[in-house]
Amino acid sequence: MAALTLDELKQILRESAGEDESVDLSGDVLDVPFIDIGYDSLALLETAGRVERIYGVTLVDDAVSEAETPRVLLDLINEALADVAEPVEPALAG
Amino acid sequence: MTAAVVTGIGIAAPNGLGAEAYWEALLRGDNGVAPLSRYDTSGYPATLAGEIKDFVPEEHIPGRLLPQTDVMTRLSLAAAQWALDDADVDLDTVPADRRGVVTAATAGGYDFGQRELQNLWSKGPKHVGAYQSFAWFYAVNTGQIGIRHNMRGPCAAVVADHAGGLDAMAQGRRSLRKGARLMLAGAVDSSLSPFAWAGHLAGGRVARGDDPERAYLPFDEDAAGHVPGEGGAFLVLEDGSAAAERGARAYGEIAGYAATFDPRPERGAAACSTGLERAIRGALTDAGTAPDQVGVVFADAAGTADLDRAEADALSAVFGPRGVPVTAPKTLTGRLCSGGAPLDVATALLALREGVLPHTAHITKPAFGDRLDLVTGEPRATRADTALVVARGHGGFNSALVVRGTAC
Repeated sequence: MAALTLDELKQILRESAGEDESVDLSGDVLDVPFIDIGYDSLALLETAGRVERIYGVTLVDDAVSEAETPRVLLDLINEALADVAEPVEPALAG
Repeated sequence: MTAAVVTGIGIAAPNGLGAEAYWEALLRGDNGVAPLSRYDTSGYPATLAGEIKDFVPEEHIPGRLLPQTDVMTRLSLAAAQWALDDADVDLDTVPADRRGVVTAATAGGYDFGQRELQNLWSKGPKHVGAYQSFAWFYAVNTGQIGIRHNMRGPCAAVVADHAGGLDAMAQGRRSLRKGARLMLAGAVDSSLSPFAWAGHLAGGRVARGDDPERAYLPFDEDAAGHVPGEGGAFLVLEDGSAAAERGARAYGEIAGYAATFDPRPERGAAACSTGLERAIRGALTDAGTAPDQVGVVFADAAGTADLDRAEADALSAVFGPRGVPVTAPKTLTGRLCSGGAPLDVATALLALREGVLPHTAHITKPAFGDRLDLVTGEPRATRADTALVVARGHGGFNSALVVRGTAC
């Protein structure tokens, strides 16, 4: 299926782990370290869990925890999505 | 010995958010007990609760914390913030390793936990969120408050049902004596989800009536259990001399404390009242206070005939029959689990400051009139400068704590 975009990832991050009011997520944060946009490793695990449920894929926890930027996490996710035909759950709220 | 003075109060109660709103609600007799509104309770044998209905989490809790917090943690974070605001302290002037937090909890984050357990059993393990790893946990409020305010000094969580709320205060005082400069201590608790409600019901002490003014009637001839509620209080405790140095206003001092366990139940109810009596006497001794110096008792007020009798017996043994005014303003909030006693301590300090004892609302037929001078009907003026707060926990926990107002 089509690759997950940065905007879609941001939406999943918001729904899974909330949003730090002091951070501007709206711009191009593809290469901004997660720690600088307010997300810790647990937030990434929660987000990865949501991705797994939506798309019926499996992500390796250690790899997720070590993803330092949205680009790295997106690459991980999209690698897994390459084998997926369609989401198993309704994907995103908005 | 270092005095532990109270310089800040933060309150979240079913009949008022914030110390001022709550205090005024008490004096007016505003009742926080009402039909439980979060879900359909038809078919449940008990349907009244002390719910906090006007708290909007998004107004108080950072966005990143919303997905990872139970209702009790959100209320705790807010009340802790209010207590710190009230203390008017610049935390940056207190070294991070000399400021700490101690909270009490009774059941943990039940609402959050129920949701995740439902996900587990209805959808499977993949549907259990990562935040479940801590959001349900008894110690989570200490963790979240500690992180938010960068409190790297002594941090702890105590669990002893209702008595734990006083144990948290005592642990805060202990930490000051060991060198901490500022401690947040108390509890704000909540367990009203259907799963939690089942637990309350199984405990067998929940009032089954449906009249919000007639359900929870401690020390009344019609006592038939209690109404569970949510809420509580956090207090900022500071070393007395350090607080004076920074010009802080103090409500009073945590002057004495003791805790006991009841003897084994097979020894009977009489033995249990001696467990409570020992806690009260111990707290008075610790405070260096004679019984006749205590101007008011904030009772545990379990609301069942046998437990009320045990408390009346203990108070009567220590203070003499009708020897001290006794009150339980918690009839307007329900029993708040570990949050109840910290709220009583806060209420006691406000009462000493204002010279007014909030009454035990809704009581019409006092059952222990020969032993208890229960404050009923309306608030009563007082010149008391010392108050005793009593709390008991399911399973035999007894704690008692003495506060002295600033004036003395």
